[in-house]
Amino acid sequence: MGSNSLHVLKGIDFEVAEGEMVSIMGSSGSGKSTLLNILGMLDEADEGTYHLDGKPIKNLNEKIAAKYRNQFLGFIFQSFNLINYKTALDNVAMPLYYQGVNRKIRMEKAHHYLEKVGLADWATHLPNELSGGQKQRVAIARALASDPKVLLADEPTGALDTTTSYEVMELIQGINDEGKTILCVTHEDDIAHMCKRIVNLKDGVIIDDSPVQQVRAKEAQKKALHHV
Amino acid sequence: MFNVERWQEIFETIRKNKLRTFLTGLSVASGIFILVILLAIGQGMQNGVAKEFENDAANRISVWTGVTSESYKGLNPGRRIQMDNRDYETAEAKNIDKLEYRSGVYSIWGGLTTYNNESGSYRIEGVRGDYQFLENASMVKGRFINNSDLDGYEKVAVIGNRVYQDLFKQKNAIGEYIKITGIQFKVVGVYTDPGGEREETRIFIPLTTSQRIYNAGNDLRSLVFTLKPEDNFEQALEASEAFSAQLENDLKTRYSVSPTDERAVNINNSLENAKRFYDLMNMIRWFFWGVGICTIIAGVVGVSNIMLIIVKERTKEIGIRKAIGAQPLSIIGMVLHESIFVTAIAGFVGLVFSLALLEFVGPLIETDYIRNPSVDFGVAITTVIILIAAGTLAGFFPARRAAKIKPIIALRDE
Repeated sequence: MGSNSLHVLKGIDFEVAEGEMVSIMGSSGSGKSTLLNILGMLDEADEGTYHLDGKPIKNLNEKIAAKYRNQFLGFIFQSFNLINYKTALDNVAMPLYYQGVNRKIRMEKAHHYLEKVGLADWATHLPNELSGGQKQRVAIARALASDPKVLLADEPTGALDTTTSYEVMELIQGINDEGKTILCVTHEDDIAHMCKRIVNLKDGVIIDDSPVQQVRAKEAQKKALHHV
Repeated sequence: MFNVERWQEIFETIRKNKLRTFLTGLSVASGIFILVILLAIGQGMQNGVAKEFENDAANRISVWTGVTSESYKGLNPGRRIQMDNRDYETAEAKNIDKLEYRSGVYSIWGGLTTYNNESGSYRIEGVRGDYQFLENASMVKGRFINNSDLDGYEKVAVIGNRVYQDLFKQKNAIGEYIKITGIQFKVVGVYTDPGGEREETRIFIPLTTSQRIYNAGNDLRSLVFTLKPEDNFEQALEASEAFSAQLENDLKTRYSVSPTDERAVNINNSLENAKRFYDLMNMIRWFFWGVGICTIIAGVVGVSNIMLIIVKERTKEIGIRKAIGAQPLSIIGMVLHESIFVTAIAGFVGLVFSLALLEFVGPLIETDYIRNPSVDFGVAITTVIILIAAGTLAGFFPARRAAKIKPIIALRDE
């Protein structure tokens, strides 16, 4: 690795209120993933401040970062990132394990969240026995399991076909309706419009930040079916 | 430690990599196996040597005097020191509780001995009755010198088996008269000596008789003792060294010999010789430990390597775990746990195999220098401790690397 540094983000100033559902858009290289990583405490900004739930997030050592991630954040990845030798249920229970929740309660909670994403019947299946959409649902259940303040989704539909994408977005919208704050990185216009606000990034700066009329995934789904 | 999830994970990774885990385990198992076998052979050698020394009058201490080599208290070097009965009596009186057998000796070299027309030149030793046991001699015929021979200055002789064959040619010797340096002696016994022919070309006569006929007065050529047996080797050695030192000190004081003079008073302590063997054995044992531990290190490096590969393979998984809140310590614990588990299981297998081999094959080994190779409980415990230490060591570096994995890099899509 070289020592050359590349400034990806060049002054980002924005605020997300509780209960918002924000999509971060931009072409590749615009810095949207870096922004999400900083928000997710997987990366740290060279300059500037970041407050989460009123707490300044800075000078994190590994231990504290791990604790904050566990308490405040839920991650949803493009490639699901499930642990492939663990059952769906065990995958969902993992954040609770790191919270030190005892096994019985852990399993009950995990079951509850699997039910919520509609996969209660698949609890004992391994990830490779599930379809892409199902995997993403398991990942969402896992992100919800620790009851985080914010859900960070990095191209949650990037690996899915349109129908499945809409199903997953419907689920995410439902979660938002219950009051969870959601940040969703995407480069797909239709997915972005399923959020309530779009932040547009280009070359590391915000070029547009405006609320939009949320398209409900269910409607979009119906419309798509009509087209066929 | 007692975490179902973690155990499941360990079994899972082992199941996924059976061959690799097996080969790694094999290197650790053979390491432990070799270590235990080497240690057992070391013990066997020690047992063997101990046995060798048990066969002889192993605790024999003999004293003879020579010529002073240092001037002391105004006396010139080159003085001949001559012991006499008083030295023997002093030593006897001081240590009567500790001594097992004892004898003063007055001997002459090359005593011409004849019987009818046969003759030969033998060493003539004037001794006491105990001397039979000091020499480990056993009687073929007749009896050894006894106290009444000594008291009566009897002219009786006990001849070696070789002397008997030279002079008597298988004829009866007991009761016959032989001439030693021109004086008639009655043969009362024939002895054999485990020392072989050289030891059997001697003739024993009563000490008092030899001192009288050779005009030696009270002079003694040497003193020979054995001490009563002690519970163990260390105690025996200690007692024997103390006795030697006291003897040397008494003689040097009496004859005004410099304490540093090494030639005037000579003491040969068989136990000290034995100790040299034991020291050698100990060195060999340490060497075996060294070799064994090196073998284990090779095994540990193998485990460490495998764990590194496992960590590398699981980079993504570890990244995921960290992203959802795993503390670095729990990642370290996970890797260490697996490493200790693999090493411990493999090591125990090696330990069990080696112990089984020793149990069944060990007693069959009966050579001169190796007897009943075995390991004691302490050694087994030590190897277990080594195992756990080895597992920890093997896991430590991979675990540290795992803990340093940055989730952002691990989660980057390839």
